[in-house]
Amino acid sequence: MFTLKLIFKNAFRHKLRTSLTIFGIAVAVLAFGLLRTVISAWYAGAEASSAIRLVTRNSISLVFSLPLSYEEKIRHVPGVKFVTRDNWFGGIYIDEKHFFPNFAVDPKNYLPMVPEFVIPDDQKTAFIRDRKAALAGRKIVEKYHWKIGDTITLKGTIFPGNWEFVLRAIYHGRDKSTDETFFLFHWDYLNEALKKTAPARADQVGFYFITVTNPNLAAEVSQTIDKMFRNSLAETLTETEKAFELGFVSMSEAIIVAIRLVSYVVIIIIMAVMANTMAMTARERFGEYAVLKTLGFGGTHLAVMIFGESLIIAVIGCTAGIAATFPVAKKFAEIMSPAFPVFNVAPSTVYMDIAAGLVVGLVAAVVPTWRAIHIRIADGLRRIG
Amino acid sequence: MEVGERPIVEIHNLNKSYRRGTQTVPVLHDLSFDIQEGEFLALMGPSGSGKSTLLNLIAGIDKADSGTIKVGGVDITALAEGELARWRSNNVGFIFQFYNLIPVLTAFGNVELPLLLTGLSRAERREHVELALAIVGLADRMDHYPGQLSGGQQQRVAIARAVITDPAILVADEPTGDLDRVSAKEILELMERLNTESGKTIIMVTHDPRAAEKAHIIKHLDKGVLNVHTETHF
Ligand SMILES: Nc1ncnc2c1ncn2[C@@H]1O[C@H](COP(=O)(O)OP(=O)(O)O)[C@@H](O)[C@H]1O
Ligand SMILES: [Mg+2]
Repeated sequence: MFTLKLIFKNAFRHKLRTSLTIFGIAVAVLAFGLLRTVISAWYAGAEASSAIRLVTRNSISLVFSLPLSYEEKIRHVPGVKFVTRDNWFGGIYIDEKHFFPNFAVDPKNYLPMVPEFVIPDDQKTAFIRDRKAALAGRKIVEKYHWKIGDTITLKGTIFPGNWEFVLRAIYHGRDKSTDETFFLFHWDYLNEALKKTAPARADQVGFYFITVTNPNLAAEVSQTIDKMFRNSLAETLTETEKAFELGFVSMSEAIIVAIRLVSYVVIIIIMAVMANTMAMTARERFGEYAVLKTLGFGGTHLAVMIFGESLIIAVIGCTAGIAATFPVAKKFAEIMSPAFPVFNVAPSTVYMDIAAGLVVGLVAAVVPTWRAIHIRIADGLRRIG
Repeated sequence: MEVGERPIVEIHNLNKSYRRGTQTVPVLHDLSFDIQEGEFLALMGPSGSGKSTLLNLIAGIDKADSGTIKVGGVDITALAEGELARWRSNNVGFIFQFYNLIPVLTAFGNVELPLLLTGLSRAERREHVELALAIVGLADRMDHYPGQLSGGQQQRVAIARAVITDPAILVADEPTGDLDRVSAKEILELMERLNTESGKTIIMVTHDPRAAEKAHIIKHLDKGVLNVHTETHF
């Protein structure tokens, strides 16, 4: 219709001003999108965790371990399908900057619990058979150019010494949200070495990783386990894997809150910029609005024109910002990969981008529209003369 | 065409003042007069005497403080904003000193504007616009933007826009005020033709005596009161 053509022509009347505004919105949407992605990357571990997985740890703190003898007791709790002992190894590869999480697990029980780790069958067997074997995620394998059969040395921090492993298996993620930076090896390998070098630290488990047969049983199984070890030397706290991961995340919750706030501030700033552009534009056109009103056009027409123009600018800027988010996030992911193993632009982030763009476009048009509708025709015409 | 006996505009006891800060500035004081159908009236008077104010009131784009203005039998002082807007688009054509065309629309687009408020189809609109632009002698400039036209040509586009809905009344506020002498003459001749050939009632504010010469009747406005002596030319 007439309005659409006129709206487009109006939007690009001041090419430089419009381009700068569009650029500003695009940058703001990009920044907003990246910040939101940082937040979701932060929570990715928890999101990816399965509702049928539980973690049992020492109720005092993660720093304290649990006796190995608990394993068989937990295995016999009704509803428990798999149990694996699990220790945070905290080994360092090359130096601290090259961080990836590494755990000592019981491969036979661990592997069936993580269907999101996709591993060729022959490698699976090789990993289970060899006591010195390690399983590593695709991302770190590619990063360090490892090959099956390579010997990899980690420097122990919690468990001193140089630890040698042979890479026997490589997994890739079944979903985009699967963390592909894990490094896993045999708990028995660790324990046997400890028996020789530090017998007091042997037969201790950091936490137990459990799968229940049915998500509805998660609460009941947790209670049963914790009840079982009440009043023992090491009382337990059993929670879902998600709650466990969120516990980690919440340690840094303040930073996340700050990032979230900054992401809103970015939108508020661009809203002010956009509102300024629209106010300038509308002020220059009051004469034209008065002419249109003289010709019989009403408030609705003016509102459609001004809102339309504002939305066109916002939508173009927003689209450009979203389009830029994907390649930039990819680069970002490469640089930040140790900190954020999973760094994907979520659909919800794109929806929030779109919502932010629309809100910016709508808000910027409110005051100019109100003024255009309420200006007296005679005064508007006077501005031209 | 003969000037009719029937008044098309009837003004009774019209008052208008503006508020400037705390002060009230009276502009029009107890004005009463009629304008006959088919008349070509020139309103003259010194700057600031209230000519534009009066014209705006007659055309329904400003509100009087008191008094009545009947146009074609309709008391427009009693109309609500929306009704007045509809009334304007059907009954009055506007010609301004600075043409007031929309710069991002072509001559065609500008003339078409008032028709967008009617129910006419696209093809019908095109037909009307082409005819109107032909009448003002700009059939070959349809696709030009205002910036690509001379002042005189822009004013002719504005006149085409003013007559496109075939209103009975044309109001013009210093239509030649910004034009060179030759263009001014063309515009005045065009307005004269619209008056004589199409029977439009024209109310024109001007302080150009040459422009006023084209009018049948000249009314002088001075300090808000209409000067009693009106000159007539036929
Ligand atoms: N919106 C307004 N606010 C205050 N004063 C106004 C306004 N419009 C016109 N005036 C005043 O009213 C008087 C008449 O104005 P106007 O009708 O434009 O005169 P003219 O067209 O004869 O030059 C002038 O003194 C002018 O300053
Ligand atoms: Mg004036």
